[in-house]
Amino acid sequence: MTNEELKQSLTENFSGAQFEEGGEWICMAVEAAQFRETAGRLRSFSSLDFDYLFCLTCIDWKTHLTMVYHFTSTKYRHMLVVKVKLDRNVPSIDTVCDIWRTAEFHEREVYDLFGVKFNNHPDLRRLFMTDEWNGWPLRKDYEDPVNMIKL
Amino acid sequence: MIEELGTTTEGDLVINIGPQHPSTHGVLHLVVTLSGETIKNVEPHLGYIHRSIEKMCESLSYRQFIYVTSRMDYLSSHINNHGCALCVEKGMQIEVPPRAQVIRVLMGELTRLASHQLWWGAMAMDLGALTPFFHAFREREAINEIMEETCGARLTMNYMVPGGVMADLHPNFVTKVKAFIQLFRSKIDEYDELVTGNIIFQNRMKGVGRLTREDAISWGCTGPTARGSGVSCDIRKLYPYEVYAQLKFDEVLEYDGDCFSRYLVRLAEMRQSLSIVEQLIDNIPEGDFQAKTKAVLKLPKGEFYSRVETARGEFGVYIVSEGATTPYRIKFRSPGFSNLSALNHMARGHKIGDLVAIMGTLDLVIPDIDR
Amino acid sequence: MPEDQKKEAPNFPGQVHHTPGGGILVSSIDDVISWARSNSLWPLVFGTSCCAIEMMSTAAPKYDWSRFGFEVARATPRQADVIIIAGTIVNKMAPVLKRLYDQMADPKYVIAMGACATSGGPFFYNTYSVVKGADHVIPVDVYIAGCPPRPEALLHALITLQEKIRQGGKREQIKIDASKLEK
Repeated sequence: MTNEELKQSLTENFSGAQFEEGGEWICMAVEAAQFRETAGRLRSFSSLDFDYLFCLTCIDWKTHLTMVYHFTSTKYRHMLVVKVKLDRNVPSIDTVCDIWRTAEFHEREVYDLFGVKFNNHPDLRRLFMTDEWNGWPLRKDYEDPVNMIKL
Repeated sequence: MIEELGTTTEGDLVINIGPQHPSTHGVLHLVVTLSGETIKNVEPHLGYIHRSIEKMCESLSYRQFIYVTSRMDYLSSHINNHGCALCVEKGMQIEVPPRAQVIRVLMGELTRLASHQLWWGAMAMDLGALTPFFHAFREREAINEIMEETCGARLTMNYMVPGGVMADLHPNFVTKVKAFIQLFRSKIDEYDELVTGNIIFQNRMKGVGRLTREDAISWGCTGPTARGSGVSCDIRKLYPYEVYAQLKFDEVLEYDGDCFSRYLVRLAEMRQSLSIVEQLIDNIPEGDFQAKTKAVLKLPKGEFYSRVETARGEFGVYIVSEGATTPYRIKFRSPGFSNLSALNHMARGHKIGDLVAIMGTLDLVIPDIDR
Repeated sequence: MPEDQKKEAPNFPGQVHHTPGGGILVSSIDDVISWARSNSLWPLVFGTSCCAIEMMSTAAPKYDWSRFGFEVARATPRQADVIIIAGTIVNKMAPVLKRLYDQMADPKYVIAMGACATSGGPFFYNTYSVVKGADHVIPVDVYIAGCPPRPEALLHALITLQEKIRQGGKREQIKIDASKLEK
């Protein structure tokens, strides 16, 4: 489907969906509480059929955190970007690793580097850093005077 | 639903494989739960080469951060650099001259060949056959010499810049590549004779590590790992960049999903890469090798994503920019990360020797996974 | 013994005294043992990142390092003599490296290959997880510059290590006097 048709289809299926402009792909903003239901429908609706999650990441915007999910469909070859805003002090969101198995490792990475808690994740622990590491390294306010030498 | 993670019962053995182990894929630590010799659960522990590249890139300029991606997946360093340069060009709307496009594709395909050669040698070495290792490195040296004359380095060359390539081709490039094509055509048949038809090799690889098509998509596998299960995911065909749209080559698919199909996919890809190099080497257009750009690059505010097909799968570069000279956030979507997450699923129920075969065909490069 | 009847033995430490009926080789045990050690150093397979590929190229036919005695690359530290740290060392890997070094039997030698192992390399600034130089973890004998160093550079370093051993070079042992530590 082209971008316009996709936007049409998404507005019909998801009431209250908000779209961000700019960028080459459709970008949909979703509330954290409705994210899991939305994700399930994106996967199961046969006209959308987003079966391939190819990028899962998080951005720290100093006042809040944003989760970014990139989806595509192997059948229709359309792409979608979904963004979810999270509260910086208590960031938590539902996991999607039973819908797309690749999310297991990606969510562990986001937990390790940003501190976002994923509800119902089977095995949420640090991935890259040692288990005793303090702090969330990729956040903008992370200070580490021992290890980091600033240029 | 999610399978239960393998539970440990009395009498099970939990062993460590790595982080220092002779299969030289890098530093991968696997905690394997065994019942006798059968694997119940494989848990990868990562982070032994986590060099905080994404944080480091937030303080490097748009020209500077490209060198770091060479060191991530060092066997496809040209292709990684290419992905970064494409993303910056997308953001700044820079038009790359045709000569530079052809040079980039040529270098990328030669790198893909070199990476597959090393994969073939190292995988055979893991399975116990030491001879193919020496054959593979002998041919790889020919490619390294070609790269060294033009780019200045053998392994981590930052040759791609936003706008083109850093320097023009060396005068000897065309003759040397033509000589290499002649040499390598006969060598690929030699590789087939040495390893592919070997009955011991086939017994070790057929039926091992099956990955169905739906699982490959769900686990996010790309590259030869997914193409061995019948998933059509070659970025060069689906979302062509540079001159790939005008070239004639096949996307190689196999449908069995076991180790042997992934092996056959990579061998066939070597032949396809060779044919791409042959198509291009006589038709390099004249012109500039670099577009004129400003000295200091500033991407406009927004987000940009670009993807390329490395030897391992889809490599994605996601840049979030706030209009400054350094990126606000960079995320590298590495192919090995998703390929590795399917290892547990593939290895359950097999023996340890099969685990080595599966890891060999996944073609993991750990610094790519750990970033 | 007349001076003109004493000769240096070719490629072997010591002097040959020619006597009727043959020759007598005179040397010192230390020199002979150093000579034997330097010519058969077995490296440990330890490559973390890109420098490991150049190390594998040095083992490959074109730049063959087994000409110099590094024939067998051992996977277990108990049987290895020299550890070539090829690649970056990060905080999580440092205890592993120390443990491998402790498991090696004396005499053992260390080569830090590449910019990352020497000083942190391209990952020096703004990284929170890289150990800025492998010599923060274990004592190093020979440093090689390059990112990655060419196989010839690695061969040069191996030859330098061999010469260091032949001349009896030792690293200073760092001894901590436990009684002087504050409780």
